[in-house]
Amino acid sequence: MPATTLSKTAAHDPRVFDLDQQSLRELNQALHNLAPGSNETAWEVLNPKGSHSVAVGVDQPVAIDVRGSVGYYCGGMNSGSTITVHGSAGPGVGENMMSGSITVKGDASQYAGATGKGGLLVIEGNASSRCGISMKGIDIVVHGNIGHMSAFMAQSGNLVVLGDAGDALGDSIYEARLFVRGKVDSLGADCIAKEMRAEHLDLLQGLLDRAGVTGVKSSEFKRYGSARTLYNFNIDNADAY
Amino acid sequence: MTYRNPPTTPRKSATFDDYTLSEIRRAAATGIYDIRGAGAKRKLPHFDDLLFLGASISRYPLEGYRERCDTSVVLGSRHAKKPIELKIPITIAGMSFGSLSGPAKEALGRGATLSGTSTTTGDGGMTEEERGHSKQLVYQYLPSRYGMNPRDLRRADAIEVVVGQGAKPGGGGMLLGQKISDRVAEMRTLPKGIDQRSASRHPDWTGPDDLEIKILELREITDWEKPIYVKVGGARPYYDTALAVKAGADVVVVDGMQGGTAATQEVFIENVGMPTLACIRPAVQALQDLGMHRKVQLIVSGGIRNGADVAKALALGVDAVSIGTAALVALGDNDPRWEAEYNELGTTAGAYDDWHEGRDPAGITTQDPELMKRVDPVAAGRRLANYLKVMTLEAQTIARACGKNSLHNLEPEDLVALTIEAAAMAGVPLAGTNWIPGKNGF
Repeated sequence: MPATTLSKTAAHDPRVFDLDQQSLRELNQALHNLAPGSNETAWEVLNPKGSHSVAVGVDQPVAIDVRGSVGYYCGGMNSGSTITVHGSAGPGVGENMMSGSITVKGDASQYAGATGKGGLLVIEGNASSRCGISMKGIDIVVHGNIGHMSAFMAQSGNLVVLGDAGDALGDSIYEARLFVRGKVDSLGADCIAKEMRAEHLDLLQGLLDRAGVTGVKSSEFKRYGSARTLYNFNIDNADAY
Repeated sequence: MTYRNPPTTPRKSATFDDYTLSEIRRAAATGIYDIRGAGAKRKLPHFDDLLFLGASISRYPLEGYRERCDTSVVLGSRHAKKPIELKIPITIAGMSFGSLSGPAKEALGRGATLSGTSTTTGDGGMTEEERGHSKQLVYQYLPSRYGMNPRDLRRADAIEVVVGQGAKPGGGGMLLGQKISDRVAEMRTLPKGIDQRSASRHPDWTGPDDLEIKILELREITDWEKPIYVKVGGARPYYDTALAVKAGADVVVVDGMQGGTAATQEVFIENVGMPTLACIRPAVQALQDLGMHRKVQLIVSGGIRNGADVAKALALGVDAVSIGTAALVALGDNDPRWEAEYNELGTTAGAYDDWHEGRDPAGITTQDPELMKRVDPVAAGRRLANYLKVMTLEAQTIARACGKNSLHNLEPEDLVALTIEAAAMAGVPLAGTNWIPGKNGF
């Protein structure tokens, strides 16, 4: 089921938190107090107004709709919840996510999905620099463009960009896979264009489907990844850095 | 019989000494800088350059074995709902699984727990060995975020945001491929056998304003229960301490250049950062200027070896110290019993520092299954506990002699310096004078 629609499937009225009336601490504590199997599966956060750390460390499979834009680290370390930001997100949205999904309807600032271990992060607008930095298994789908130094030291997982990528994409990349539909300003150290084989087309199509992307074919993308020449230190490679 | 002019004795250069010459030859032969573990080995102004005055007519001592001298300390009381309470002001510093073997990490946990103190994870995540055997475990939050996850964050007793370390302020880590076993690789989400570079700065924040927001996030994730430490390398201790306090830290950890590392460039270890002694007074001054001394606790590490070092650090205003290298020695690192094997590696017991190669005869800085069997975690943990006990008794002995019923009542006034350098760095008078270099315009 596409992540973007999950939040609309709750069978009862959502539990509403208005950050104009209640504190961030109360919101996160209430989310952390959820027991496994709780019936409070739908949550709505009003008036985030750029608050930092909205819905961080959630570890139950609930749906959280955030009505407005958020500051830093929204959904940080998310484990299993489905968060939808109906606005834009500040730096580090979905940082270190373990599982679940986060969808940002607007744009995302720097380090979106940084060090994420799993789950799906969808940015329906653009993402800024260092998107997917040090990613460790997360899947990230950006409908728009991404900024410079994205996927820096990316270890594993998939970064899909429907638009363009800025400079030094995939610098010092390890085993993450990067799929870019538009142009790439430049590739970083040890990052190269790679052949798009059948298994990559399948993988990418699955990611596009999970992210609710329609009307775009996986064959329109190019794949980038590690040349693996910098995996073990060699003095003759010193000029590459 | 022919007369021969008296020869001059062959004279080696003080500048181009034997070590320097060997390093030039090694660099020329290999084309790569020297990488090693441990901290600065050069001679530096240190705690040895300070002396306690002891009691005299103007103040009276406490009875050595009769009168109580408190050693406990509470860390994290500023914001955390659950501060850490330690029986002794000596903690075990962060050292990674990956760099150290599983049995070595377990031994550190056992030793610390027996002693009523905390141990610390490292760049590589939390292992069951150390969580299971450490009553109080500090979980490091590092730039690499290897193994970082919310479950471990919540089962930690404190969180240490690592900005830098004394051996390499401004530098990241390196774990070379030969130590990347299947288990280490899995914990770090990287292929086996490749070099693992740990980033030099955090991926999702830069600067003190961001750090404040990052600390807020960690507090929110852990429901404000855990003390949050900020660890910095000894570079600009006054400003780094002040900024860590501003960012919301409960505890500031300052690591001087004698503090060890698993592996980095020799040139980095010996030439970047400041000696531990030079870091303490600026850090304490920052806390005092902010009115936060004893409210935000200060931990200092780097070259702490005995109870005198502990007492001197506390007298200068520190709340607790941390040991790494000394703890490894207590476990069995660089033990002369392995001398023949050290010789085979081209070194000698006491000098072995190629920890990154993973061939440690003592079984501590290795992932080799056979070598790591040499560490008996129970016996090694016991040795660490013994050593911590001795350090504590030594510090108490000094404190009682200075008339203090708590280690934390030691103060700068109890100290004098043997050298002008130490006097200037520690801010205590040169012995036999009332001169503190840099104070009162002189």
